[in-house]
Amino acid sequence: MARALSEAVLGEIARLRGLYPEPRSALLPALHAAQEEAGYLTEAAMEDVGRTLGVPLTEVVSVATFYEMFHLERPGRHHIRICTNLSCYLNGCDRVLEHLCGRLGVRPGETTPDGRVTVEAVQCLAACEEAPVLLIDAERHPRVSPAALDDLLARLA
Amino acid sequence: MPRPLLTRHLGRPGRERIDAYLETGGYQAASTALRDLTPEKIVEIVEASGLRGRGGAGFPAGRKWKLTPKREGEARYLVVNADESEPGTFKDRTLIEQDPHQLLEGMLIAAYANQVHQAFVYLRGEFFAGYDRLRGALADAYARGYFGRNILGTGFDLEVVIHRGAGAYICGEETALLESLEGKRGFPRLKPPYYPAVKGLYGQPTVLNNVETLAHIPHIIALGVDGYRAYGPPVLYSVSGHVLDPGVKELPIGTPLREIIFEHAGGLRPGRTLKALFPGGSSSAILTAEHLDTPADFEPLAKLGSMLGSSAIIVMDDTTCMPAVIRRTVEFYRDESCGKCTPCREGTIWLSQILDRILLGRGRMEDLDLLDGIARNMTGTCFCPLGESVPPSLRASLRHFHEEYEHHIKTGACDVRPVAAAGA
Ligand SMILES: Cc1cc2nc3c(=O)[nH]c(=O)nc-3n(C[C@H](O)[C@H](O)[C@H](O)COP(=O)(O)O)c2cc1C
Ligand code: SF4
Repeated sequence: MARALSEAVLGEIARLRGLYPEPRSALLPALHAAQEEAGYLTEAAMEDVGRTLGVPLTEVVSVATFYEMFHLERPGRHHIRICTNLSCYLNGCDRVLEHLCGRLGVRPGETTPDGRVTVEAVQCLAACEEAPVLLIDAERHPRVSPAALDDLLARLA
Repeated sequence: MPRPLLTRHLGRPGRERIDAYLETGGYQAASTALRDLTPEKIVEIVEASGLRGRGGAGFPAGRKWKLTPKREGEARYLVVNADESEPGTFKDRTLIEQDPHQLLEGMLIAAYANQVHQAFVYLRGEFFAGYDRLRGALADAYARGYFGRNILGTGFDLEVVIHRGAGAYICGEETALLESLEGKRGFPRLKPPYYPAVKGLYGQPTVLNNVETLAHIPHIIALGVDGYRAYGPPVLYSVSGHVLDPGVKELPIGTPLREIIFEHAGGLRPGRTLKALFPGGSSSAILTAEHLDTPADFEPLAKLGSMLGSSAIIVMDDTTCMPAVIRRTVEFYRDESCGKCTPCREGTIWLSQILDRILLGRGRMEDLDLLDGIARNMTGTCFCPLGESVPPSLRASLRHFHEEYEHHIKTGACDVRPVAAAGA
């Protein structure tokens, strides 16, 4: 049967499975690994994950859709997560979000038509001392003003 | 004021490297524990220290460890709650990023004290930097013989797996966390019987502690009960919102709110006055300026109908629109409700619709009773504390700021500048 995931990722999932007393515990880490490869989770990829861990596809899908970080559709090449919870709200995140969406021509939750950036308004990122704060991919940026945001956007490939 | 204990070395470049940690006496408490102390003795010391869980519920750590059955030949687990997502809370992330070995050493001692040989760190999925730091630190600690087999030649074994979550606030709740760690959706379990200590991961006894709770442990062992308690005992307050110097503030527990905000967090911006605050994350009932002399401790805050919770103090000055703040918190719980029970799933939707209406200038006077009524009906009827987190703040805001809600309804407008410029 055709495999969606590379040998490397399948090997990584097999390694993850061995870390836990019960294989199913490796499901979240395995989905992270699978998602890293393609940027999102295709049904075929989830089938591979399920097969490797002995979890039925319906269960894999039901778990994947419960968690906000798993994408079942292709997101942008870059992912901007901006916190809109209390401390960021008190420090002007709405202005930053509005500016961001205006610059990119998208609404929160959307991806730019060229597939470059996905913008997501997220819950408290546990970095309230840096409010307003956002993540661009894996990197956190503190005290972001609309002007600082322009600089950050200009640097995105 | 005593010197900081848990945060003494935070912010030092290279602190995540094991040599830097060893240089300041790191892993000495763990060696003492493993070599010279019995597991029972450690549990006794931790109990005598008075340390209470720092994840929010404040359960005494020593008592939790004592309650964990230690039957011969039965699997037991240690699970670290590093899912920190209570709005306003950022102490755990800071400890993980800036002094990861302190947490690892606390885990090692906790595992030995509970005779656990397998530990998991349930790390919040969005903690990308924290994951790298902790993973690197753990690899170094393994290489130096602090984890793995026959640790420090004592015959004690401990394996640690760092397990990344994937974005779900409810997974911070301990039983939902365990479901998630078993590879399922994060739905809370029924308590009883599923108290993690007795029926936890895979149905086995499980010691489940918060990151900060475990970071206290090496200091308790190193200083002894009296030496440790001389520091307050200490606690980490996460202070944010409208203060000039937000951050993690390590202070003796029970420091008055006024002192925390005005002496340690830089106070407010010039010309501003304090309007309200959350003393323990967005799940704690809001307080006002009249409560500023309250000690930030479990009992005094509970007496006010609020709580210390995760000791996250969110400060709001007079430029804050309270109905807007409450709408934001209600939206958070609405979005993060796992959907398992009706009062929480539906109640949060109704509340946010009514708040929307009021803030859009289409509210009616009856809406205020409606809000209060829905909140009352949610109280005591939700399956887990997430749903129960909503009513206290909403109802407190209706009590303290009724006129502000009325003003929105009567005029359709807001009198305060709703969003303050950052640091302006
Ligand atoms: C909705 C909800 C979210 C929670 N989130 C966290 C969290 O992010 N981190 C945490 O340590 N505890 C959290 N808790 C508390 C845990 O259920 C548990 O009490 C705690 O992790 C136990 O550790 P401790 O005794 O060391 O505090 C949460 C509780 C609830 C009800
Ligand atoms: S109270 Fe809310 S989060 Fe808790 S079980 Fe019910 S629906 Fe889920």
